[in-house]
Amino acid sequence: MDQAGSRHYPDKPTKVYLFGTCLIDLFCPDAGIDAVQLLEREGIEVHFPADQTCCGQPAHSSGFPEQARAVALAQLRLFPEPWPVIVPSGSCAGTMRHHYPEMFADDPQLHAEVSALAERVFELSEFLVHVARVELSDRGAPTRVALHTSCAARREMGTLEHGRSLLAQLAAVEVVMHEHESECCGFGGTFSLKHPAISSAMAGDKVDALRETGARSFVSADCGCMLSLNHTLQKRGDDFQGQHLASFLWQRTNDGGEPR
Amino acid sequence: MNAQPMKFVPASEFKQRAAVAVADQHLRKSFRGAMDFLITKRAAQFPDAAALESQRLLAEHIRKYSLARLPELLEQLERKLTDNGVKVHWAETAEEACAIIIGIAQSHSTKLMVKGKSMVSEEVELNHAMADVGIDALESDMGEYIVQLDGEKPSHIIMPAIHKTKEQISRLFADKVPGARYTDSVDELIGIGRAVLREKFMSAEVGMSGVNFAVAETGTLCLVENEGNGRMCTTVPNVHIAITGIEKVVEKLEHVPPLFGLLTRSATGQAITTYLNMISGPRRPGEKDGPRELHLVLVDNGRTQAYADQQLRSTLQCIRCGACMNHCPVYTRIGGHAYGTTYPGPIGEIISPHMLGLAATHVLPTASSLCGACGEVCPVRIPIPELLVRLREEAQHDARPGHAPLLGQGAAKSRLVDAVWAGWAALYTRPALYRAFGWLATRLRVLTPPFQGGWTVSRTPMKPAARTLHERMAARKSRWQ
Repeated sequence: MDQAGSRHYPDKPTKVYLFGTCLIDLFCPDAGIDAVQLLEREGIEVHFPADQTCCGQPAHSSGFPEQARAVALAQLRLFPEPWPVIVPSGSCAGTMRHHYPEMFADDPQLHAEVSALAERVFELSEFLVHVARVELSDRGAPTRVALHTSCAARREMGTLEHGRSLLAQLAAVEVVMHEHESECCGFGGTFSLKHPAISSAMAGDKVDALRETGARSFVSADCGCMLSLNHTLQKRGDDFQGQHLASFLWQRTNDGGEPR
Repeated sequence: MNAQPMKFVPASEFKQRAAVAVADQHLRKSFRGAMDFLITKRAAQFPDAAALESQRLLAEHIRKYSLARLPELLEQLERKLTDNGVKVHWAETAEEACAIIIGIAQSHSTKLMVKGKSMVSEEVELNHAMADVGIDALESDMGEYIVQLDGEKPSHIIMPAIHKTKEQISRLFADKVPGARYTDSVDELIGIGRAVLREKFMSAEVGMSGVNFAVAETGTLCLVENEGNGRMCTTVPNVHIAITGIEKVVEKLEHVPPLFGLLTRSATGQAITTYLNMISGPRRPGEKDGPRELHLVLVDNGRTQAYADQQLRSTLQCIRCGACMNHCPVYTRIGGHAYGTTYPGPIGEIISPHMLGLAATHVLPTASSLCGACGEVCPVRIPIPELLVRLREEAQHDARPGHAPLLGQGAAKSRLVDAVWAGWAALYTRPALYRAFGWLATRLRVLTPPFQGGWTVSRTPMKPAARTLHERMAARKSRWQ
């Protein structure tokens, strides 16, 4: 696991790969496009290998390692150039960075290959802060937002502070803390399907806590958490909603002229 | 007082029980409050993250070192204890453990045994077995006394009665303790319990305790407690029987302080407990107190199964502090009883399958969002989320080649689930098929099913976007190039 401050970061590159993740691909592509726009604005060319699908995490965490390995292998050779691989999701980035080497531990050649890839995997907010070193200029109206950091981003990627530090660059945005800030939102991938009663209780408590801050909306760098919470709020008939961090940052800092 | 019928729920009914528990607002509120209190107290003991990390690394190292040498350390412990005048017994199963203890108690013709807190005695269901042969095994830890009085099992390994309010305890005492009246004073309640127990300590022929650390080089049994009942149980009765799991052994006395310091601070947020009993033998000639006879029962009960596997072995590093359950968002929502196992929460999810088999427990390792809070706070750095994933795999498949099958190996295997994952892998390893799937799903988004299994219990349905990121990136590329 990456302890905050322990990772060595390269200089800002001119080209990167984007690994869009399966959830963003099908359910929140806006977040992917906004991530691309944020990167391009820094003068970075973004390559999106068309053959990418999913990191393999759902099978890995459900106890189907063979299927997880097969899907991971299908991604492995899509990033041949030595460019960083940017992942706009903490849990998918965590899978590629930390679980790939474990998944291929008994095959020395593949282990070396996945380990080399793992070294180049960056969660989006981590990359924006430490590698692209963005300086954001806020153009939006004053607002107040809450931030939900996914457990994988927090614990596997050590990126707890990155979302916070990006939001802190936005002059008119006040970031408020919610109760039990570090607690899981109840998504957990297939956990939300297998244990709906417990997952719902966790999601319900999380949206209550976010709501109680008096924030206008919430922001999360993980689509899984965001979708789970947004759909929970929708079921309640509540129009309080969350946005992917990439979308929020783009909307606050964009002139409004560029198309998606 | 005889043991009450157990309000026991098998682990296989976990889902139903969990659903009832999350709907119980009173339970939710009391567990949340109690866990928050413990989390805050623990955090106050570890102000320096770097210092904590180095202590955890040391503790992990001590536990791993001890486990690596477990067979020889157990032999050394037995030799040393025997030299010290302690009788050592080995129990492979829960039944054997109970039979040994019943045998000792019966050889002293006793009808009453007082017990200090011991989760291993809960694990082997000793009280029940004792009751069957007409011996009262009376819990003397206040929390254990309360749950025993109500015919319950502990809902937390450190705070057994954490699920009960003061009012419930008061009503329970008024109902069950002769002469007790309803009171809402906690001091009075404790006074009532103490008065009952004090008399029992004096009259019991046999006392029982658990063991937190067994030191091989000196033959010393360390017992950590706050109430003093542990010292009473181990010094007043003529016979003391200690029971513990085979994994609790450490080589040297100097290995105890680092573990002890992390145990108390992780468990209750105390820098040190009121008592640390170090017992190295029965009463010697000229001594004024202490038992005349001392036994240690070392219990396997599935531990060697975990021990045999390099990854699963780390389960046995556990020092039973309970921090994983205090920090677990699932445990906090459902409490300890929903698990239906002696050890609830994350540690229960990884250890119960070895004790009870995967057939009865395979649902437990799935009851986690893998958020990682347990692994983060574990003082001996057990990689709990990784072990949960591993047990999920073992429940779904035959044993890996070259690995012995676990008890209940493959108990959750299902052709349907296998087919779902095979189909999933087929789709996600074929990029063209995957893109076609995305194309179709986005075009058919109005046909999104309104009921999506567990997801839509409390959420609106997931609906594909108008276009996938793949399509939009392809369109974007052709626009710019």
